[in-house]
Amino acid sequence: MSRTGTKLDAKKVNSELFTLTYGALVAQLIKDYENVEDVNKQLERMGYNIGIRLIEDFLARTGSGRCYDFRDTAEKIQSGFKIFLGITPSITNWSPAGDEFSLCFETNPLTEFVELPDNCSNLKYCNILTGVLRGACEMVQMEIACWFVQDQLKNDNITELRVKFVKRLEDAIPAGED
Amino acid sequence: MKQQIIDSKANPNATGEADDCLFEYLHAELVNYVLSKSSNAEGEEELSRLEWMGFSVGYRIIERLTREWSRFKDELDMIKFICTDFWSSLYHKQIDNLRTNHHGVYVLQDNAFRLLDKVGTSNSKQYLKESPRLLAFTCGLLRGSLANLGIISTVTAETTTLPSCKFHVQVQKI
Repeated sequence: MSRTGTKLDAKKVNSELFTLTYGALVAQLIKDYENVEDVNKQLERMGYNIGIRLIEDFLARTGSGRCYDFRDTAEKIQSGFKIFLGITPSITNWSPAGDEFSLCFETNPLTEFVELPDNCSNLKYCNILTGVLRGACEMVQMEIACWFVQDQLKNDNITELRVKFVKRLEDAIPAGED
Repeated sequence: MKQQIIDSKANPNATGEADDCLFEYLHAELVNYVLSKSSNAEGEEELSRLEWMGFSVGYRIIERLTREWSRFKDELDMIKFICTDFWSSLYHKQIDNLRTNHHGVYVLQDNAFRLLDKVGTSNSKQYLKESPRLLAFTCGLLRGSLANLGIISTVTAETTTLPSCKFHVQVQKI
C-alpha cells in the first residue's frame, strides 16, 4: 500500500504530541482551579516531579560529573535544554556575584500553537520549566530559585528565565551516625 | 545500539523538537494529577479528565498529521492509518494486530505498548490493577483522532498481561 502523502516524521510528531499534551494539561488546570496563581503553583510542582526524574536521564546520557561552579551549572542547564527540548537558550545577565543568570529563549517548543486569552494575563504558561530546573538541581545538591522575567506570550521580545543560586545542600547524615 | 541512540539525540540539526522521554514524564504527571483530583469514594478511579485531555490532543494532532495526506477511502482505511503511521510516529511501533467484525467494531492490539513497556517486568501481573490509568489518555487520543476524521466512537482498553494491551473501538452509527 503506497501513499502519495509524505511520510510522517516521528521526531516532529513526538514533539507536537508533547506540546499539545502540555497544552491540554494547562487547559484542564485552568478549568479545575479558579485562581490562576494556583495553576502556576501546580505547574511548578509537576515540573519539580519531572525534574527529579529527568536529571537521571541527563546524567546518564551526558556522563557529566559535578559542576565546578555556577557558570558550569549554567552551561549544563543549557545543554539540558538542547538535549531535551532541542533549543539552545543563551546565557546572559550574570549578576556581579556570579550567583544569578538569565536564560533567554527565542523559540520555545512548549509555546508553539499557544495564544493566551485576556483572562489569563497572570498565567505563567511555561512555569513547569521552573519546577523542572529546581527539581533537577535539588537532586545534585543545589538549591536554586527560578522565575520568569519576560514572556513572549505576553508580547515581550524574548522569554527570559532568571536562575538564582540559593545554597548548597549537604548530605544528610543518617541518624545515629555522627 | 545504545551509542546510536545517544548520537541521534545530539544531532545539532534537530532544533526545537522535544525529546521522547519528556512526553512519558509529562504523561506520568498527568496521571498523578488526575488521580489526586479524583474522589476515591467507591474505590473506582475517576479517569474521565485524563480521557478528555487525550481527546483534545488527538483531535488536534490528527489534523496536523493528515495535513498533507491524500483523502481516505473509507473507515477501514482510516483505521489502518491509525494502526500504522499514526501509531508508529506516536508510540514508535505499529499496532501488532487489527481485528474487525466489519460492523464497526475494531480491536487494536499492541504487544508492547510504549506507556506500559517500562512498568514491571514483562508478563508480570504486579501492576495490572494500575494499568487502566496509563491507558485512559490513549483511549481519549484515539477517540479524538477518529472524531476529527469523522468517526464518532467509544474507545476502551483492556490488558491481561503487561505490556500488551487491546484497544476496542466501537463506531457509533449515525
